[in-house]
Amino acid sequence: MTEIQLNAVNKQFGNVQVLKDINLNFKDGEFVVLVGPSGCGKSTLLRMIAGLETITSGDLIFGEDRVNDLEPRERDIAMVFQSYALYPHMSVERNLGFSLEIRKRGAAEKQEKTAKASGILGLNQLLDRLPKALSGGQRQRVAMGRAIVRDPKIFLFDEPLSNLDASLRIEMRIEIAKLHHKLKTTMVYVTHDQVEAMTLADRIVVMNAGRVEQVGTPLDLYSKPNNLFVAGFLGSPKMNFVDHTNKALHLPKTSLHQDAKTYGIRPEHVSVAAADKKANLIGVVEVVERLGSDTMFYLNYGSENPFVVRVPGIDQTQVGEKIGVLFQQENLHRFDQSGSAIIA
Amino acid sequence: MPSKVNFTIAGALRYFAIALYVLFALFPIYWLVKIAVTPDRLIYTEGTNIWPSAFTLDNFRSVLFLTDFLVYFKNSLIVSFGTAFFTTIIATAAGYAFSRFHFRGKVVVISVMLITQMFPLLMIIAPIYKIMAGLHLLDSLVGLIIVYTAFNVPFATFLMQSFFDGIPKDLEEAAMIDGCTRFQALRRVIFPLTLPGLAATLGFIFTAAWSELLFALMLINSNENMTFPVGLKTFVSKFAVDWGQMMAAGTLALIPSCLFFILIQRFLVQGLTAGAVKG
Repeated sequence: MTEIQLNAVNKQFGNVQVLKDINLNFKDGEFVVLVGPSGCGKSTLLRMIAGLETITSGDLIFGEDRVNDLEPRERDIAMVFQSYALYPHMSVERNLGFSLEIRKRGAAEKQEKTAKASGILGLNQLLDRLPKALSGGQRQRVAMGRAIVRDPKIFLFDEPLSNLDASLRIEMRIEIAKLHHKLKTTMVYVTHDQVEAMTLADRIVVMNAGRVEQVGTPLDLYSKPNNLFVAGFLGSPKMNFVDHTNKALHLPKTSLHQDAKTYGIRPEHVSVAAADKKANLIGVVEVVERLGSDTMFYLNYGSENPFVVRVPGIDQTQVGEKIGVLFQQENLHRFDQSGSAIIA
Repeated sequence: MPSKVNFTIAGALRYFAIALYVLFALFPIYWLVKIAVTPDRLIYTEGTNIWPSAFTLDNFRSVLFLTDFLVYFKNSLIVSFGTAFFTTIIATAAGYAFSRFHFRGKVVVISVMLITQMFPLLMIIAPIYKIMAGLHLLDSLVGLIIVYTAFNVPFATFLMQSFFDGIPKDLEEAAMIDGCTRFQALRRVIFPLTLPGLAATLGFIFTAAWSELLFALMLINSNENMTFPVGLKTFVSKFAVDWGQMMAAGTLALIPSCLFFILIQRFLVQGLTAGAVKG
């Protein structure tokens, strides 16, 4: 179990700077999720922690030791790859035990640890098979088993679930959460899926264009995003952003702010009302999605993007109706010219 | 059921096409063997009969015991195995480097290697002769191995590079995280997966060296150092061609190639990387 520190870490590929001045601190036993759009540098950052990419400048510290110059094998980490990266010419059992084989551990130890890992992940029936005879979900389990067998200081996950179908993904997500609960090892997990990020993380690091936008617990980021990017990235459906000059917007004076250029409100923080003076926003229903548990309205209010409203239960409002929307004022977000959140 | 009928007709046609191709490809070999077992007196008189009216192994007997065929054969084996061995080692190392590393001058090296493949061999035979003479490697099997290796390395390198490119980088990285050095990862994970590629390269180079005539003809002049293709020419005299013996020698010369490919075919057909990464 180890704390990870990144001090002013930079990464350059030729002339392209892919990571800019990253300062992060992952606590011992913490589950940290790095999340961001493709190309934001999250995978590169993970690979630098693994030792698969060099660090252009800055310090990477595990516990007390600076590990910048250590080889991957000297860092005592385990990594689960997006592609699983199982050794195709080895049986499941040998795949699981390969790290111990390389470290020349005894047969008894290998047997014991492999059995333990395969027990945890339900792989007992598959030990003799080759990876090509496994389904996607089973391969995923073997990849995780290979990491568990190592008993490493740090677990790294590089988008481990993105090749699985939706139901399996949820199942494995729960497995990973259980695994962390059981092993209590520091885990760093990269994903572009914000649901994975919200459900798994102790803390989320939101990245964009090689920078860290915000670090915090999932609920912190959800309720107190630092800027427009974080506000828009986390949450599904996305937060609604309304320009302060929009004619359809009517906010009470107490909610207005002189520097606010954009107002943000999440679809679940509004309610439907009559299209009268009391409404904070008035629009025409363009699309209705009835999910059973919720109903979503996409309103045209004279802006490029529709305003999304999510109300619990089944609502009978029809397409083409003009409706008003009431905001929960305490959940209204205000952003200034630069996109930074204004803390009232 | 119409779809099933279509299916069987398509299947039959497919097999027919394959059979036709196999016939086409194997016919020269059949003809080689046929002439080799035809008695000399019948070669011209029976013309294009599919099978001769009399059968003989005399041609094989005289090739084996009355000519220097066994010497040529031994020389060819030495040269072909030597070339295949050295070429594959160099090409494997170079192909791995091209596939996995970025280094200064990589593009230049690759371009130069490509350019060497563009010249007709006839053009460079004179300078090669001069170089080999200067090195005192004329009329020597070692000289021949060096020349063959030099000429086969570029192509073999590209071949090996494409095999390495087909092996996901993740596998090596996983191995290195699991505790391997880069070399261990190469040896324990990548190398076993490259076996089909290695087999293909070995087979290709072996056959190329086995059947090479031009350099062997120019660089070798003593009878005891002749390789098989050059030796074959001794069956052509000024006034006659000894077809029967020539074909018998040709048939015998096929044996090592056949054995070699039987040996490596297991690796050639194996799709070992299946299941390595996402399915």
